[in-house]
Amino acid sequence: MSRVRVLVGTRKGAFVLASDGKRERWDVSGPHFGGWEIYHVKGSPADPNRLYASQVSGWFGQLIQRSNDGGQTWEPVGNKFVYDGVPGTHQWYDGTPHPWEFKRVWHLEPSLTDPDAVYAGVEDAALFHSSDGGKTWHELPGLRGHGSGPRWQPGAGGLCLHTILLDPSDPARIFIAISAAGAFRTDDAGKTWRAINQGLRSQYIPDPTAEVGHCVHHITMHRSRPGVLFMQKHWDVMRSDDAGDSWQEVSGNLPTDFGFAIDVHAHEPETIYVVPIKSDSEHYPPDGKLRVYRSRTGGNDWEALTKGLPQRDCYVNVLRDAMAIDSLESCGVYFGTTGGQVYASANAGDSWAPIVRDLPAVLSVEVQTLP
Amino acid sequence: MIRVVLPAHLQTLAHVGGEVELVVEGQVTQRTVLDALEACYPMLRGTIRDQVTYERRPFVRFFGCEQDLSHERPDATLPEPVATGIEPFLVVGAIAGG
Repeated sequence: MSRVRVLVGTRKGAFVLASDGKRERWDVSGPHFGGWEIYHVKGSPADPNRLYASQVSGWFGQLIQRSNDGGQTWEPVGNKFVYDGVPGTHQWYDGTPHPWEFKRVWHLEPSLTDPDAVYAGVEDAALFHSSDGGKTWHELPGLRGHGSGPRWQPGAGGLCLHTILLDPSDPARIFIAISAAGAFRTDDAGKTWRAINQGLRSQYIPDPTAEVGHCVHHITMHRSRPGVLFMQKHWDVMRSDDAGDSWQEVSGNLPTDFGFAIDVHAHEPETIYVVPIKSDSEHYPPDGKLRVYRSRTGGNDWEALTKGLPQRDCYVNVLRDAMAIDSLESCGVYFGTTGGQVYASANAGDSWAPIVRDLPAVLSVEVQTLP
Repeated sequence: MIRVVLPAHLQTLAHVGGEVELVVEGQVTQRTVLDALEACYPMLRGTIRDQVTYERRPFVRFFGCEQDLSHERPDATLPEPVATGIEPFLVVGAIAGG
């Protein structure tokens, strides 16, 4: 019988939640790396027991941890992230030039085929790669070398490269997203990049349709249709049917088109999920009701999913990397909150139940579907 | 023998408890102590000082003989009691935040 393993990164450690395919009873292990911020934990599609974790501390900096046994034991690997060449400058919050400075790893994306190969999206925004299981890291400098680099400006959370999507049909194609620069695509394995932000409209920047400067919060795709992308932007839920060359808004009837997380059903490429959040400054669900919204039409028409979720007095946030989808026959959907709850639905969102209620603030959620 | 006391999180990371004892050849300075420490415990690289510039991380402080040594030059000789192992070299996570 298949089983699932949910990998949770929090403000104070990592947790591994495991269940059989029914997803009713859960074993909880952790905290791993207690007291450290765990921005992201993700498993290798090529070897599910190979996990990578980004471990960060304001005192002691960045560590990368690796597990070869599904998170039972861990070992620190390489943590030397050095920008290629002279880093140059991006824009600071006040518009002045500011030197690129490494701060932390936001997202780890293991290769689809090689357990020892993994990408890291970092702050200040850059893409790094390791081909030796995380021992050594090298920047793919073509991204920051994109001519727009000096115009990139940090979002409220920093100038972070937070999303990395590997195209399963084309090993040379990668999509990334940066707050607040926008989305970029390479078609030559990272040598050169192009901004893919045409159609995005951001009223809060001087030129709302600029090539770069958009605060893209997250992007997702379905494995079977890597040319179709869905985006949660600072404002607006967007869709692209041409690998990011152009975008159309599909916010439709959402109660607010602000949010962070977005994901796609495992077996229905037109079924997508978001968690609308009230903004700009509140960053909690509208009306104190925690609702996941599902569209079965690839956007525009959305339904609120509320069964099992708090519908009063709920003021948590769901961050950009804190939603995940398993690939069991009855598709499982998971998300974590800044209030420390991790909710699971074993029926594609129709109903929900908390796996855990009282973790530290959840930064990221990933799920592995295991044989 | 040089005695080094690490903050709790770094003790956990390095799988050590209490003090760490190091052999330092030649002059005993912040740099030579940290070089020896990182050679014995490579997982600590980057956690106390930057791996490229070797600058102390902002929220890490060094103490010895009840003195704050944080702003001493990395190549300055450490106090004699530290250099001879009578007193430990303390690596401390600064108290920061509310």
